Amino acid sequence: MFAKTSDDGQSARIGVYVCRCGLNIAQTVDCERVAENISYMDDVVVSKDITYACSEPGQMEIKTDILEHGLDRIIVASCSPRLHEPTFRNMMKEADLNPYLLEMANLREQCSWVHMSEPEAATLKSEDLVKMSVSRVRLLSPLTEDVMPLTKRTLVIGGGIAGIQTALDLADNGYEVVLAEKSPSIGGTMAQLDKTFPTMDCSI
Amino acid sequence: MADAGRHPNITLHTMSEVTEVKGYVGNFSAKIIKRARYVDEKECTSCGDCVKACPVVFPDEFNVGLSSRKAIYIPFPQAVPSAYVINMNECMGRGCSKCLDVCEKKCIRFHMSDEEIIENVGSIVVATGLEPYDPREMDEYGYTRFENVVTSLEFERLVNAGGPTKGSVIRPKDRKRPDSVGFIQCVGSRSKRKGGEYCSNICCMNTIKSTLVLKEHYPDIDIKVFYIDIRAFGKGFEDLYNRSRSLGVQYIRGLPGSVEELPDGTMRVAVENTATGKIEFHDLGMLVLALGIKPSSGTQRLQEMLGLQLTPDGFYLEAHPKLLPVDAATRGIFFAGCAEGPKDIKESVTQGSAAAARAVRLMHKGAITSEAITSEIIEAHCKSCGKCAEVCPYNAITVDVKKKIPASVNTAACAGCGTCAAECKFGAIVMNHFTDEQIISQVDTMLEEDAKEKVLTFACNWCSYAGADYAGVSRLQYPANARIIRTMCSGRVDEKFIWHAFEKGAPIVLVSGCHIGDCHYIDANHWTEKRVNKVRKKMEKRGIRPERLQLEWISAAEGVRFAKVMTEMEELRKGVTAEEIEETVRILKQRKKAARKRVQKE
Repeated sequence: MFAKTSDDGQSARIGVYVCRCGLNIAQTVDCERVAENISYMDDVVVSKDITYACSEPGQMEIKTDILEHGLDRIIVASCSPRLHEPTFRNMMKEADLNPYLLEMANLREQCSWVHMSEPEAATLKSEDLVKMSVSRVRLLSPLTEDVMPLTKRTLVIGGGIAGIQTALDLADNGYEVVLAEKSPSIGGTMAQLDKTFPTMDCSI
Repeated sequence: MADAGRHPNITLHTMSEVTEVKGYVGNFSAKIIKRARYVDEKECTSCGDCVKACPVVFPDEFNVGLSSRKAIYIPFPQAVPSAYVINMNECMGRGCSKCLDVCEKKCIRFHMSDEEIIENVGSIVVATGLEPYDPREMDEYGYTRFENVVTSLEFERLVNAGGPTKGSVIRPKDRKRPDSVGFIQCVGSRSKRKGGEYCSNICCMNTIKSTLVLKEHYPDIDIKVFYIDIRAFGKGFEDLYNRSRSLGVQYIRGLPGSVEELPDGTMRVAVENTATGKIEFHDLGMLVLALGIKPSSGTQRLQEMLGLQLTPDGFYLEAHPKLLPVDAATRGIFFAGCAEGPKDIKESVTQGSAAAARAVRLMHKGAITSEAITSEIIEAHCKSCGKCAEVCPYNAITVDVKKKIPASVNTAACAGCGTCAAECKFGAIVMNHFTDEQIISQVDTMLEEDAKEKVLTFACNWCSYAGADYAGVSRLQYPANARIIRTMCSGRVDEKFIWHAFEKGAPIVLVSGCHIGDCHYIDANHWTEKRVNKVRKKMEKRGIRPERLQLEWISAAEGVRFAKVMTEMEELRKGVTAEEIEETVRILKQRKKAARKRVQKE
């Protein structure tokens, strides 16, 4: 772990967490080296590698650091934001930080898994991606979501077995359902079948 | 089925197609065209008097043409709603009116017209099902030439007690019961040549089921199944397979090469038995083609309407193959059944329930949080030119060009693609979370060291970035020079980001996004295409090789394509010399200086 203690208290206080993802990232990318090199960047207060950032202990560690070091912006360098951005945004909320002050660098899908035989190149690329994240996270602004009304109704398109099941489950839960079927009857392909596997009973 | 028809919370629109969907998660508005049934479905008691009177005879679709029906008909006895329907293209109309005369309830309405219905909903479940593979193109099995070759769906109707033969299996040519039946598997599945390359999931078990039904009806019947592999992987499946074998059904590994008809209507099948390596001939009374599953015909239209993505097989692509298997990438839209991929009944039911649970999870609070990543207008800079309103795919921006009233954004309607900010020439639009400064800072940092070694790639969140993720998950290896900057839409990639990158020494800039027609933001990527072409022309004028700016469409399912494009980009990058980069930097800096001077003079 590489932590700086002094700061002027004015500029951003960034925490960087380089996730090893077990061995998914660490087997190719030298996570410790990435964390160390990033720690020398301006505004980076904490930079460390971590085994599973998304796990309960992982998140707890980040939240503790946020409190202890007064971090105000977080970078998680782990997997795709398409997978865990919601996870870490929730973590930010729990730590009383705006969830949009989080930035993710995608070391797993874009480095370790696609450059498996080039550990050095993958590590350099990882460093680049995290540096880009540091530049970006400094400039992020807090954002807020508005609460809007919602229509408690569902349109189910298609009246085969799947559509019928969806419509019935929703309707039994008290939701209004509109079931649209292009043919003159619901039932779909299933209605044309005689017996059905594996129980050999009738389809209708 | 009947439960769905009479549930007080379910409004059923049959003969209906969704033609337009507006709005966004929580508040969709769907236009549905309900075609005229010409029979009042609430009044009709399905007595059937009209059918007896109707003189027009046509093949019955439900029995796949194996029986006939009238122009006024009920699709099948258990149909829901239980009401007759007139096919007006077949009906002789007022000149005949025989059905009108006999209908005691007076519920036949010749003047009925198509209805347009608007339904406001908070979520949408796409359960558009499947279409069986059309075997006509696979002529080696003789489906178009021999009557005694039937499809698995036709066989279902033949063996069904409610079918045209009341469940007695006869072969079409002489209407006699066959002594032997052959099943050919993987028709339209697992083939690079014809049909789909994927396994259709249900055909092995469907055939095994059919062999058991046949053996139950006719214990002495000979049955042979020609297959590549038997895939009996589900709960209770292997047991059925074993039962079928123990009843004497022969499973022969190998798909037939040809089928001939003998004078008595027997089908002679030539097959290489891959277990023995020998060519064999089998004479069979009739042949059943186990049809594969294809996406339903309306899939692409609905995909474009809702801004969804498809897999290369043509089925809808889920947001995540394991963790979000019923969610679409578009919030508020879910999948159920074969629309998402071939499935059996149990899986379809499971997914239907799952989609319902996901929809409840979304709606139960009765409120929804809006998108925080939206654009904002800096009024002081706005010249009211109207460009932003023109490019916005959601009509979320209003601006009065004549009265010069600055633009304003309806943040509830804004989906956050950022096309407006990229097209604004006056820097009057801030795209939150993807601001010019934020993106340019990423470009700067990326190109700070060894710029000429790097391939700057802009990737849109929904397709190309997801395609890169897919390449990762699939462990596809590509050159390590690629550096991705994520934007929500390729439409966000401002011309100035591209110039800035070249000025900072980028050898190659790649802009990547969803395929045209697949854009998550309706059609924002049209503007990407226009813009990239425009910049390329300018590059040419300025003496910069336009090949250094690339545009590629890569979908979320195209991991292989992403890796291939990255390899191609690396080849292009190698062709850019240090001198060429230097020259570009010089040209661009000079232009900037000249522009600055012009501004100072003014």
